[in-house]
Order: sequence, then C-alpha cells, then structure tokens
Amino acid sequence: MSSATTTAPAPPRDRAHDGASSAVRHLLARTGRYVFLCAVLGFFALPLLWLATAPFDDTPTITASLPQFTLDNFRALLDNPYALSSLLNSVYLAAGTAALVVTFAALAAYALSRVRVPGRDALLYGLLLLSSIVTGTATMVPLFELAFRLNLIDSRLGVILILTGGLLPAAIFILKDFMDATPTSYEESARVFGASPLQIMRHIVVPVVRPGLATVGVWAVANVWGNFLVPFLLLRGPEKAPAAVIMYTLYTEGGQADLRLLSTFSLLYSLPVALMFVFVSSRYGFRFHGGIKR
Amino acid sequence: MSAITMRELTKVYPNGVRALDALDLEIADGEFFALLGPSGCGKTTLLRTIAGLEVASGGSVRIGDRAVTNLPPGKRDVAMVFQDYALFPHMTVQDNIAYPLRIKKVDRRGRAEKAAQTADELGLSALLQRRPGQLSGGQQQRVALARAMACHPQVFLLDEPLSNLDARLRLEARTFLKRLQRELGVTTVFVTHDQAEALALADRIAVMEGGRIRQVGTPTEVFRRPANTFVAGFIGSTPMNLVDAEVHDGELAVAGARLPVPEDTRVTSGEKLVYGVRPEYLDYSAEPVPGALSGQVVVVENLGSFSLVSLDLPSGDAAGGPGTSLQVVVPEGREPEPGDTGWVVPRPGRSLLYRDGELVSSAAAPPSVPAARTGVGAER
Repeated sequence: MSSATTTAPAPPRDRAHDGASSAVRHLLARTGRYVFLCAVLGFFALPLLWLATAPFDDTPTITASLPQFTLDNFRALLDNPYALSSLLNSVYLAAGTAALVVTFAALAAYALSRVRVPGRDALLYGLLLLSSIVTGTATMVPLFELAFRLNLIDSRLGVILILTGGLLPAAIFILKDFMDATPTSYEESARVFGASPLQIMRHIVVPVVRPGLATVGVWAVANVWGNFLVPFLLLRGPEKAPAAVIMYTLYTEGGQADLRLLSTFSLLYSLPVALMFVFVSSRYGFRFHGGIKR
Repeated sequence: MSAITMRELTKVYPNGVRALDALDLEIADGEFFALLGPSGCGKTTLLRTIAGLEVASGGSVRIGDRAVTNLPPGKRDVAMVFQDYALFPHMTVQDNIAYPLRIKKVDRRGRAEKAAQTADELGLSALLQRRPGQLSGGQQQRVALARAMACHPQVFLLDEPLSNLDARLRLEARTFLKRLQRELGVTTVFVTHDQAEALALADRIAVMEGGRIRQVGTPTEVFRRPANTFVAGFIGSTPMNLVDAEVHDGELAVAGARLPVPEDTRVTSGEKLVYGVRPEYLDYSAEPVPGALSGQVVVVENLGSFSLVSLDLPSGDAAGGPGTSLQVVVPEGREPEPGDTGWVVPRPGRSLLYRDGELVSSAAAPPSVPAARTGVGAER
C-alpha cells in the first residue's frame, strides 16, 4: 500500500541520482549473473579438466591438479588384457545398434509419416513411453529370461537387439519429424518419372533427411557407448564386454579404484564419441539445401 | 497421338469429399489446355488423377490409345511440374534434369549429354553445376521444365506453373511457356486459379466448379459467351455485370430501362431472366442516350489506361426496392466524377441472357435453328 502511494504519483526526483542507482543495480545484476555462470561452468568444466590431466599424472587423485607428466599410465593400460579389446567391443555394439536403429527407424518413420494409420500418434506416444522401460532396470529380469530362452546370453547380437528395441521408438519419433518436414512433392515428382519405392527412398528421401539420419545415428552410438547395465547382464566373459563394463573392473588388488588406469581408460573411452561428433557435424552438417520454392 | 480422354471420371476421397464428379473431357493432341477454377473445385485433383498420383474412384482415363486408368504414374509417359517445382535439393541442376533418364537406366555419359542439350534449349547451360537453392524462382521453374522435357513425355502436366513467381517475372514466364509449348507441340495440361493466365496461355479452357466442368471452350468463347453465370462471374479481370431483367413486349426491362433482346435468343414474354454484359462492352455517356441504362456514379477506380466506373441503377420494379450496381470501363480522359448521373449503352451483339443461371443461346434454345447457329458464328 505504501509503495503504491509513493510510486503512483511519480514525484519529481533527482534524475542524476536515479540514473546512478539504476546503473549500480545494473552492474550488480550483471556481476551476479556472471558469477552464477562461472559456477555452473566450473561445475561442468572441472571433471573435463580432470579427464585431460589425470591420465598424464604420475599419481592422480580425484582432484584436478597440474600433472607430473608421464605416459606410464598408458603403458600400464596396454598391459591390461581387456582394455583395448573392450573398446573394440564397444565399437561393434554401437555400430551394430546404430545401423539397425537408423535402418528400421527410417523405414518406420517414413511409413508413419506418409501413410495415414488410425491412432498413429497414440501408438507413437505409447511406444515412446514403453521404450524408457524396456532398457530400464525394471525389465532386466524378463529381458534376461527372454535372452536366455532365445539363446542370446553371452552374444553380442542379443545385446544389440535389446538396445535396438529400447532406442527405436525415440528414433522413430525424431525421424518422423524430419520426414514430416520433407515435402511429398519430391517423392511424387520421382514417382511420375517412374522411380520405384526403393529408388525413391535411396535417391530422394535418404539424402534429403540425411541430417536426421546422422542425428539419430550419433545419438544411438552415444547411448550404446554409455550403456552399462544391458551388456553387463547379458555378456558373461570379459572378452566380449564393452568398455563401459570393463571400466567397472579397473580396481587395485585392495579393492580401491585404480585412478591411474581409470583416468587413462576414461580418456580413451570418451575420445571416440567426441571425435564422432566432430566428424559427423562437419561431414553431414545440420543443414538443408532447399529446392522448394516457398 | 497423345490426346487425353476422360470418361465419367470420379474421385471420392476417403473422407467423403467428391472432388471429381463423373467428369467427361477430351484434350486434343498437342493442345495447350487450362483447368481453371476457384480453389477447391477439383482442378488439381483432376491433374493428379491424369498423372496417376490419385487413383480414380470411377471412370476412365486414356492417353493416346492407351487406357491408363489403373497404371502407376511412372508407366503413363507423362511429366509433371509441381507448384513448388520439387527440385531435388541435394542434386545439381544437371543431375536434376537427368533424373528421369537415371530411372530409365541411361548411362552416365548419355545423361550428361541430354542434360546439357536440354539445359541449352532453356538457357540454363551456365547453371548446370549449381544446386536448386542457389537459383532464382524463374531459373528453378526452367530447371523443373527441363527435367520434365528430358524424358520426352507424351503429356506435360503443370500445376499452377506461374503462381510461385513474382508479378513481373510471371509475365515473362507466361510468354516463355507459351512459346515453349508451341515449339515442342506436346499436349500440355495446366492448372490455374488465375483466369487471366488461362486466357493468355491456353488453346482451350475448362472452367471447373465443385468437381464438375461448367464450360469448355477457347479463351474467346469462354470470355465472350460464358455458358452460365458462374463462368460469367469468374472469367474476366472485372466480372460480368449480371442484372435482373424481365421480358415485356419483345423488349427487356432492365433496371428501369428498355433494351432490345439480344439476337439469336428466344424468350417468352413475361419471363424473368438475368441480363449479362461485360464492363468492357459498355459505352459510357454523360448525356442522355436512347436505349441506355442510367444511374448514379458511385466509385471511379483508375486502372491506368482506363477507369472502372461503378454506377448505382434504380431498381426495375415500381415498388422501388434496392437497386443494383453496374460496372463500366471508361477510357482515360473521359472519367466522370462520383455523384454524376451517367448513361450506359451496351454494344450490339455483346450482351447475353441467362435463364436459371444458364446461357440462353441459339444453341440451347429448343429447337435450335440453323440460321441462329450461323448468327453465333458471325458474332465471333
């Protein structure tokens, strides 16, 4: 009430004083904002800094510090029989899953985008909802049972199929948006020239939605790369285990986390995914040439 | 031979919309044919049904001597240019033009040669390595035409070929399109909602409304003798004046004036008709003239070399109901002022009568008289 009575009539105040106080307030607000941003950035940057320094440190700790430079950690990692092969295993699993996800999601999204299916949206949302359960912890027992009955225990194919099943709904959802945004006149034009459905898919649809396919591929690889639970449960021996599982075994005899191996392995583990992002965004980019006159 | 013949062609969409209603149409070999109508009249559906992109619900389509009703689009030997041109964005102009040949399994060198040759004909040689996104609207249209030409189809189908170009380019493209069609001599069907475009380009026009064809004829026929009031109102940059009239003693009572019954029309005394005359076929006079409609000038619109003058006419009946308005084209320098009283004389042989929305003509009047037919011919 009192504030209303003082501000409403707008009494003639000293303008210079008014300007100065607002400038101070502005400065304070700005300072506060940057401090907050720095804190947030630091929160995310420090682990990365650790990742960059610890592998080269003689005696790494869980804090980021200037390293006593050495490459011994890498040599020690090479002595571990499973470290490098596990990265290769990760590549198998990720590539296989990404290939299946991109192929099937592209076909399904194309069909769902172009053919009128009754209850299509409900179907998509339902699948999306269920997919978060499929690869989640809750369904691990039935999934294990299923894999066991199908003789897919200790097989990379089993892991790939289950991960594919979990990723497909979201991938279809993302790709359907890309397909919807592609004008049908491209395909109709090709049809009038006599192109078969597979030719239309190969010549027109895939190149036009390539940014979408690249996005889904990268996303699938990143998901599989980081997945621990499914391969951990379904693969028995360490010789087939991917990097995410092997990392779990890098302990000293005393049961302590071996930070030297762990940090080095973490660096090797994260590099392929980071490189893939750089490669894909430079190769395919997320651009659209445009051949439709709007 | 690549005439197109449609018999009782019907298209009903799954949602129950009847886009084409038992439509009969013949398009002659080598003809430049326009499908004209307001949006939603079924003209694009008709074009897509000829292309095979829509499956007919009934009736038949023949192209040349082949029945194509149930053939897929690729087997019909037609080429279609879409409204948005649909140039493949990831291919160069050359690859776009050669795409139909790629489908026909022509080798790489043959495709490049054909693309270069077609591009040359359309003045696109300098653009062969560009992508569609780097072309102007007019260039994109020519690439789309080149792509359609590259496979030497029997029929060209153009969906709103000029609607995506800006006004100045549109005139240029119109002339270009007409010349190209004349040179190629390929049967061409195009869809438009712009009556001026249809009149300017086409050899013949089908005016459509609600899935039916309301009139088929040359631009002259459709412009001079619209078969019904719908076509009369749709064709012409200014719609035809349609005024209620009544027949009295062999003359027409129109808005308080007496006008002669147009030649070659048979009317019975006392019947109510609609009198139609185009604004271009009326002569304005500031002085009283015999046999003229008179009214008060309400609006004068300057359209460059002429002005469009709207007059309020008194109502014809004695009760003094609401009057009708009439539009007249007046050449420059002779425009009246709003508020003036003006007299308007229809030019002989240019006015039409409509009974229940249909043209009262010698041909339609039962029984048709041979003499009347020749009269129509002379009028053209």
